[in-house]
Amino acid sequence: MTEPQTNPLALIAELTHRCPLHCVYCSNQRSTELSTEDWSRVFREAADLGVLQADFTGGEPLTRPDILDLIRAARAAGLYVNLITSGMPLDESRLEALVQVGLDHFQLSFQGAREEIAQEISGTKAHPQKLRVLEWLKRHRVAVTLNFVIHRRNMDQLAEMLALAESSSASRVEFANVQYYGWAFANRDSLLPTREQLTQSIDFLKKAQERLVGKIKVEYVVPDYYAKYPKPCMGGWGRKLMLITPSGDALPCHAARVIPGLSFENVRNRGLREIWEVSNVFQKFRGEAWMQEPCKTCDRRTLDFGGCRCQALLLAGDASATDPVCSLSPQRSKVDAILNTIALVGAQAEACATEERSITAAAPAAAESLTKPDWLYRPNPS
Amino acid sequence: MSIDLASRPHLAPGCRMNEKTQQPRTLLMPERALRLNGPSLEIVERCDGQHTVEEIITELQQLYSKAEPAKVEQDILGYLALLQKERALDFEPATS
Repeated sequence: MTEPQTNPLALIAELTHRCPLHCVYCSNQRSTELSTEDWSRVFREAADLGVLQADFTGGEPLTRPDILDLIRAARAAGLYVNLITSGMPLDESRLEALVQVGLDHFQLSFQGAREEIAQEISGTKAHPQKLRVLEWLKRHRVAVTLNFVIHRRNMDQLAEMLALAESSSASRVEFANVQYYGWAFANRDSLLPTREQLTQSIDFLKKAQERLVGKIKVEYVVPDYYAKYPKPCMGGWGRKLMLITPSGDALPCHAARVIPGLSFENVRNRGLREIWEVSNVFQKFRGEAWMQEPCKTCDRRTLDFGGCRCQALLLAGDASATDPVCSLSPQRSKVDAILNTIALVGAQAEACATEERSITAAAPAAAESLTKPDWLYRPNPS
Repeated sequence: MSIDLASRPHLAPGCRMNEKTQQPRTLLMPERALRLNGPSLEIVERCDGQHTVEEIITELQQLYSKAEPAKVEQDILGYLALLQKERALDFEPATS
């Protein structure tokens, strides 16, 4: 059974793989890049398909010399443009230019709250520049979200990170745990937080969330290894998001390349609608037909869509298996073994904050009650 | 945080509605999008920094005159609180 086709709501545009940072958990590769004209056509096709937002990312999207043209093109197509950046190749006048051509929102990534740890993680002296960028963003009243990638080495600095956000003009701050794929998976023994760190961090961030209501929206994503149920990865395969790589391949998620037997369509050869609606890759794990037990008959299959396909492959050796982070997965012991190898004790299966995650699916249109928000798109409901 | 009836809400930086020609009308915000129809559209269109919360309530009570006025007020305040929590609105304090 396949569910009725949904249209994508966000386009993740990986503009380039070039990047001035060298983070230990990154999964980037290098390749040839789409032209300005290619991207402009992709934005128009995306808007026609129902996409609302474009997330410009990379690599470092600011290394594209045509970044202003790309923002202009996406805005002209009717998209909301979000720039996800390290803030490195930027000065104040270039920031002004970005805003002038229609950039809607700026998402600045931080590797830590302090110079030393940030430098250790990213292998570059990026931190002082990021602080300068924060000043410019404040001066020019640009909408900004700070994004802290967190892991065992910097998790004890949450208070400092939050203080940095409060001193800036950010209206949102995200604390996103490292997701364990690629290099992060290889380095998991030194990156995964302890259960104690995790419990403390959730407690701290919940309080911050309450204290800062109406000032800063505090969001966090827990590492799913500690969760009871898997995350609804990408809001379900081929349901809400489409990612375009620098060379033009269309992927249902960042990591889909690890899954064997998938051949990706390229936007140079195919229209976006055709890729979304009929390509094998986007059909592969759409709906429920591909599911195995326990997902197949589980009530949660419409909430988490079986979790992450790439993680199932990585941990269970089968991309169609239930995501092994799920407590119902017959392979959950593999996740527990990883947690045990990093010397974690007291692994009682207390469900962490994920249980409080609401559902990604947009509520049905209920115009009668004003108080029922009709979400079209929310990647990380909290 | 309670909402001051005399304050004037307006969309926060990074939040905007899509164009009038685009359907459905949508409030776009960082990594979020909210569909606007009927009353929610009427409310957000009035979050322009000109209308006070009280004026928005009065105008919608007239627009939805068949509905219980107290219910309309309660729904509007609930919706504004939601948008405030999402950091989609800033409230200009009342000028005395």
